[in-house]
Amino acid sequence: MPTEVLMPALSPTMEKGNLAKWLKKEGDAVKSGDVIAEIETDKATMEVEAADEGTLGKILVPEGTADVAVNTPIALILAEGEDKSEIKASKPSAQQKAAESAPPAKSEKTEAKAPATPVPKSQEKAPEAPETKVAADPDIPAGTEMVTMTMREALRDAMAEEMRRDKDVFVMGEEVAEYQGAYKVTQGLLQEFGDKRVIDTPITEHGFAGLGVGAALAGLKPIVEFMTWNFAMQAIDQIINSAAKTLYMSGGQMGCPIVFRGPNGAAARVAAQHSQDYSAWYSHIPGLKVIAPSTAADAKGLLKAAIRDPNPVVFLENEILYGHSSEVPKLDDFVLPIGKAKIARAGSDVTLIAWSMGMTYALKAAEELAGEGIEAEVIDLRTLKPMDTETIIASVKKTGRAVTVEEGWAQSGVGAEIAARIMEQAFDYLDAPVARVSGKEVPMPYAANLEKLALPSVAEVVEAAKAVCYK
Amino acid sequence: MAVAKKSPNTEEPAAPEGPIADFSKAQELDAYRMMLTIRRFEEKAGQMYGMGLIGGFCHLYIGQEAVVVGMQMAMKEGDQVITGYRDHGHMIATGMDAKGVMAELTGRTHGYSKGKGGSMHMFSKEKGFYGGHGIVGAQVPLGTGLAFANRYRGNDNISVTYFGDGAANQGQVYESFNMAELWKLPAIYIIENNRYAMGTSVTRASAETNLSRRGLSFNIPGVQVDGMDVRAVKAAGDKAAEWCRAGKGPFILEMLTYRYRGHSMSDPAKYRTREEVEKVRTMHDPIDMARHRILERKFASEDELKKIDADVRSLVNEAAEFATNDPEPDTAELYTDIYR
Repeated sequence: MPTEVLMPALSPTMEKGNLAKWLKKEGDAVKSGDVIAEIETDKATMEVEAADEGTLGKILVPEGTADVAVNTPIALILAEGEDKSEIKASKPSAQQKAAESAPPAKSEKTEAKAPATPVPKSQEKAPEAPETKVAADPDIPAGTEMVTMTMREALRDAMAEEMRRDKDVFVMGEEVAEYQGAYKVTQGLLQEFGDKRVIDTPITEHGFAGLGVGAALAGLKPIVEFMTWNFAMQAIDQIINSAAKTLYMSGGQMGCPIVFRGPNGAAARVAAQHSQDYSAWYSHIPGLKVIAPSTAADAKGLLKAAIRDPNPVVFLENEILYGHSSEVPKLDDFVLPIGKAKIARAGSDVTLIAWSMGMTYALKAAEELAGEGIEAEVIDLRTLKPMDTETIIASVKKTGRAVTVEEGWAQSGVGAEIAARIMEQAFDYLDAPVARVSGKEVPMPYAANLEKLALPSVAEVVEAAKAVCYK
Repeated sequence: MAVAKKSPNTEEPAAPEGPIADFSKAQELDAYRMMLTIRRFEEKAGQMYGMGLIGGFCHLYIGQEAVVVGMQMAMKEGDQVITGYRDHGHMIATGMDAKGVMAELTGRTHGYSKGKGGSMHMFSKEKGFYGGHGIVGAQVPLGTGLAFANRYRGNDNISVTYFGDGAANQGQVYESFNMAELWKLPAIYIIENNRYAMGTSVTRASAETNLSRRGLSFNIPGVQVDGMDVRAVKAAGDKAAEWCRAGKGPFILEMLTYRYRGHSMSDPAKYRTREEVEKVRTMHDPIDMARHRILERKFASEDELKKIDADVRSLVNEAAEFATNDPEPDTAELYTDIYR
């Protein structure tokens, strides 16, 4: 049976084109790959190649014809042994029928993204996103010794414990080994685990982040330390495009068990390029988990969970919190659930929602508010993605008022997301609009007085809490 | 790593000795069949794109088949392959099923990524194929990481990272080169120089157009290879693999090759002449040259080659048929595979 040559589409949005020129004439021998015609649209010219060997039996659309619809047969190719008499008997092929039932997408804006075969099914509504249940924190057995340590030590212990437990876990980054960590978080790891598993990298964030992702795709469990998250902007393509998306793009075949960690947000007096909060940036991305602890115990339990997690985890630490001490339970294996917020202080009048450094403002504000007769409930999110909406909503249903606290900027910030969720799920329980306390929308200034103004303060949190309480 | 403290690499690979060794009958016929499978697969993909069955971008490998087929012949079980977006040929060469690849191109249930990856994002852990990456150059650190994993585990596997002359100008390539040589990682970098990064010729984009020299300041040896001759590719691949497996660090092979088709399906083809394409196609086609050798050395008769052609054609047609009729993914797949 003669093979039909169809008018091809240059892109998923092309519906018709002009047949500019025939380069072969009827009776010419053609083989696979030979250019037989040229077609053009207002955007481009394309060569039509023969996909089969044979003779150009008949030209169905003469050159110079404008507006030929995609998938119209434009010529017939006779296979070896066929002659022209078979042309009449030819019928549209099965593939052509399939193509006919698949009209090209209409919108120019969706070029190259529009599904090529929008069958009627595409009218379907997106299914509901599945809900995930997160386990509660493990019980700390009565009588467990509590050890006071800095967050820096807690993070180091978490890595050391996981490295002892699993030989596939290694840590790499700038100055993590011989220098003992730019912020001393990896102190002592080189001595215990050696230079095969505690690896100093050149200053090459994009490169070593990608190398870590590759190692994770191969099944290792890298902990990639960024000296600060500010430098990870060099590497953000590998974090998002390679680490976060590969599981989905591979249909579930290829996971990426990696932890990216380091100090996030403003330190002190290091100005705009070294003082930025990436909470909102990374928590925007499906495929990433994002953790930002405020206490030593949470840092330890969650970093251990992050290292064991089969997904890429962004672990946002804070330079100022590194030196803060708090109690950590002395247990053989203290692991906390990712995705679970913690009520750091119970209260009934207003809910303050914070994480990481924001918790220092929220807790101090709660104390001041208590002195004025306002009992604030303080929620430490601990994990930003997946976000524990349930804990937030339960609290807001109780208090009817909420204030979010973050060092990052307000626009498209995590506070904005929390406010939206409260509005969606607890609107009828609100007695006042949700208030946001955030960093001011300026690059971080250097001058001490201006820097202080750019960051949130306890006073601003107190003021916002009183405002939503109408006091 | 302890190796980081070693002195820089001063050893140079031996110069190629004499003419390229001939293939055995089995090698010639296997390579011919594989190259032809890739070519026919890509022609079919082009056709199906034209019919609206394949969406988005579709970058065809036609003309470059000898590169991936020759390299695959230099590899062994457990070695890994990673490449950019012009990846269909690599998948077929690593032994991935043509039906699964074509069904991914049409975005269907039984595509390698369940229809969620498309032309540029396919993977097969089983076949050691690590993608399929859409961001130009991003596969280079990833491939270096695969080599790192081999090194970490102490096995003698290597990773083969393919990228084009365009990607060779990305910064992360050099960050990778530096770490790979510093840590003596078993990584072969294959620069598929097909002369055009989209529509920009190498001479308009690269200050140093001899891309095999791009590892010089890292002490990584590099060799230019006739990427249109599958025997030359295999011979170079063998040498590079031996180098890597011996713990001497990475190796760069610049494959001089050519793509007959446009960058993607919607290529205006205004940046080069038809004569240029025709010249390569008629004088240096890797498949025609293999076919000629096979006939000349009487490894197979015209009829036997016709039989191979027919087998390949039917394999590709079956893949197309399968990919056309396979259903679209279930809507429930929208929310699966985001997290494990």
